[in-house]
Amino acid sequence: MYNKNKSTWMLAAISTAVLSTLTLSACSDNSADAKAKSITTEQVVINSDPFPSTYEPIPAVATLITNATIIDGIGGLDTDSQILLQDGKIIGMGADITLPDDYIEIDGTGKYVTPGIIDTHSHLGVYPSPDTRSHADGNEMTSPVTAQVWAEHSVWPQDPGFQRALAGGVTSLQILPGSANLFGGRSVVLKNLPDRSVQDMKFPDAPYGIKMACGENPKRVYGKKGGPSTRMANVAGYRKAWIGAAEYKAKWEQYEADFAAGKDTKAPKRDLNNETLKGVLDGDIIVHMHCYRADEMVVMMDVMQEFDYQIGSFHHAVEGYKIADKLAQNNVCASMWADWWGFKLEAYDGIRENVAMVHQAGACAVVHSDSDIGIQRLNQEAAKAWSDGRRAGIDISKADAWQWLTANAAKSLGIFDQTGSLEVGKNADVVLWSTDPFSTYAQAEKVFIDGGLAFDRSQPDTWPVSDFELGQIGEGDHK
Amino acid sequence: MKRLLTKFTKVGKVSAFGLSISIISISAALSLGISPSASASQFAIVGGKVHTLSAQGTLDEATVLIKDGKVEQIIAGTQSPLGYERIDAAGKVVTPGFIGAYTALGLVEVGFSAGQVDASTTNHPVTTIGAAVDVSYGINADSSLIPITRMEGFTSAVTGIEYSDYLFKGQGAVIQLTDNDPLLKARAFMALSVNNSSASDTGGTRGTLWVALKQALNEAEYAIDADLSPTQPWHGMISRADAKALAHVVQGHKPLLIKADRKADLLHIIALKQTFTNLKIVIISGSDAWRVADELAAAQIPVIVNPEYNLPGAFDTLGATLANAGRLEQAGVKVAIGIETHNIRLATQHAGNAVANGMSYDAALASLTKHVAEIFGMQQQIGSLAPGMRADVVVWSGDPLEVTEAAEHVFIGGEPINMQSRQTLLRDRYLHLKQDKPMVYTRP
Repeated sequence: MYNKNKSTWMLAAISTAVLSTLTLSACSDNSADAKAKSITTEQVVINSDPFPSTYEPIPAVATLITNATIIDGIGGLDTDSQILLQDGKIIGMGADITLPDDYIEIDGTGKYVTPGIIDTHSHLGVYPSPDTRSHADGNEMTSPVTAQVWAEHSVWPQDPGFQRALAGGVTSLQILPGSANLFGGRSVVLKNLPDRSVQDMKFPDAPYGIKMACGENPKRVYGKKGGPSTRMANVAGYRKAWIGAAEYKAKWEQYEADFAAGKDTKAPKRDLNNETLKGVLDGDIIVHMHCYRADEMVVMMDVMQEFDYQIGSFHHAVEGYKIADKLAQNNVCASMWADWWGFKLEAYDGIRENVAMVHQAGACAVVHSDSDIGIQRLNQEAAKAWSDGRRAGIDISKADAWQWLTANAAKSLGIFDQTGSLEVGKNADVVLWSTDPFSTYAQAEKVFIDGGLAFDRSQPDTWPVSDFELGQIGEGDHK
Repeated sequence: MKRLLTKFTKVGKVSAFGLSISIISISAALSLGISPSASASQFAIVGGKVHTLSAQGTLDEATVLIKDGKVEQIIAGTQSPLGYERIDAAGKVVTPGFIGAYTALGLVEVGFSAGQVDASTTNHPVTTIGAAVDVSYGINADSSLIPITRMEGFTSAVTGIEYSDYLFKGQGAVIQLTDNDPLLKARAFMALSVNNSSASDTGGTRGTLWVALKQALNEAEYAIDADLSPTQPWHGMISRADAKALAHVVQGHKPLLIKADRKADLLHIIALKQTFTNLKIVIISGSDAWRVADELAAAQIPVIVNPEYNLPGAFDTLGATLANAGRLEQAGVKVAIGIETHNIRLATQHAGNAVANGMSYDAALASLTKHVAEIFGMQQQIGSLAPGMRADVVVWSGDPLEVTEAAEHVFIGGEPINMQSRQTLLRDRYLHLKQDKPMVYTRP
């Protein structure tokens, strides 16, 4: 299925290849009518996928996990159940399973099965380990508006953090630029299967995202470099950029309309910054906005209305609980930590019940990491948020809470049609946990990505090791 | 003030913390029709699973008696003597109050771009190497971090400098997480860093750092018997104030905490103890400590670890592994857990993850309590439950190392704390927002 998807994608890319020359045919007829008719041009179409995914799933055998508690990631929990992974997909669950001739059976007695965890906020690869200036490529801190940069061009696939995250059950993740800029650039969604290039990791058909940032980071970074130096200048900066993007979009639409009408027209000059912003206005690129304070999020939702785009998710949203109803009304997700707070003033009002309160208001709550350590135990982060909510009287089932790690995360990234839940036909991105993943002591025993066994805790010889760690102290150690 | 008022209203008793507050609290209590309890300073925590961390070990069902701020005794069973306010702990877990092993609590409110932080130092002529710095002057008991941390079962903490360009990070303190009189022990330890970043700040190379370190310790030994008064000559590299502070360290009066990760650095530290034999060395961080675990055990050097740190964040942490804490324990090294400040409350989770990766449960509990107390010479007061110990006691909803469990009752020095913080007030405001008026009119 994957190969098919991919070939379709590749074909699409070729058919929309950039054709940038406007060709006038040589013509001996001088009449005006004849001249208009004789203009043969090819429409200039921007290739939306110039760095196409070359991801290939790892080889897989049909796998049946039996006798396990299955949390499906969309609110269901079945005890003593089974799931069949075959040809990269979830083929059957529960009683409704037709077994193939050859398959491996794993006894899941006492164990739990969940969808693979999806981290909506990671800087693995762009701020890799080791933390050095040489490889710190996550923030283009040269201008507050840099929508032209793409995180994938900074991702170092040899970051050992990818393997650590895999051992924590992370199967997909969004790599974002940092939050120094009002517009930080494009994000990229990856499969957690590093290979030689970032293209080898790119999640096929995942839409692009754009990182935006509220608050104190842009004003701190640019306060003495020409601004913004205040939150009001932050907002002026977003609005100015959207005005420019709307003009750019209008020019291209005019061009497309004129071309379609057979007029003699010339394509506007490409502008990578506006190309990304236009993608947002066209609804093709999802906005991921770093924003802590409630009041700033409300302002940003007005900016969103003013320029007619959709914010996919506020990230961090430490004060999400203060405006949870407004998040729900505006259909904006919030990607949050369970309990981080106080490291800066805009994070001072963080509370443990944030995630549960956002969920309770009917908004799309996501638990994210923004950390190469936190990404390794996002199940525990969700567990904390779940239990803290219950202690405050917010009664959420574990099955519903797991949505924060997978289904809601996948929705906020635009990949829920492929992953994020255990449903027949979806990608077999699956984790087998040693016990209830809401326990500190639970460990991911087996992690499947597209049905392939990407991590097997019981087989240390098979653990993936990045080039960086090869031959170093601790290569292949219990990490 | 609101916090204090509510606190004593709820507890319904006279506080030892001050006359004026006591009067307010009594009147508040009376106005609500609650009479102050006559037995308020005597509590019986009945029927919990009690981890004493002392000679009594773990009792599956026991009663902890608290009297006059101390643990009176721990009795097997569920008896509840008369005259004690009873706290039902059936099905719960009771532990000594946890101790933040290495924090900056009380020294920092918001660390980044938000004003004064007393957990970082800049240069001043009183010190040439940072040893003289004394954080006990910077501790702020009104910090919002104190109630936020203590209501999660942490009753005391080791606190010190987080950021400094100096070789030494100054003298830290042990504090109790109370509203008043937080200081349990001033100048409780000296801190030092010899890792990559410290080498970068100290002459740019370990070749300079270690010579400077040994020079400082040599001068400190010389200073033990020297007259350091201003009228007498002192030509040392370290300042007079540094010399006074370090003299206690080289005599072994207080522990020397050394932040180090790579194996080579750890071996130099072990060798340092052979030169300066009285040093009471404690390793902080110690990513590679498992590689020299036997040597550390033989040298009786404890390690305060972050057991979740498993990445090669720099070239001196290539050996970082989740198995570090468990391997150290296996080798007989005393391990403490808890390097954090705003979220030191998550040290329970850190310890739980250490257990998930090979540490024994008992050692993990000790890493949050007894071992911390022993490292800082506080084991006669805190870190275990035994007759005569300070009554820093926590009743947990279940296993405290499980992320889904929480502290339900917390006693510090025999006083039950109000389970409220700025965070719970924010939560309650927004959980019960009045619809007809702006939120500022909702007071939880």
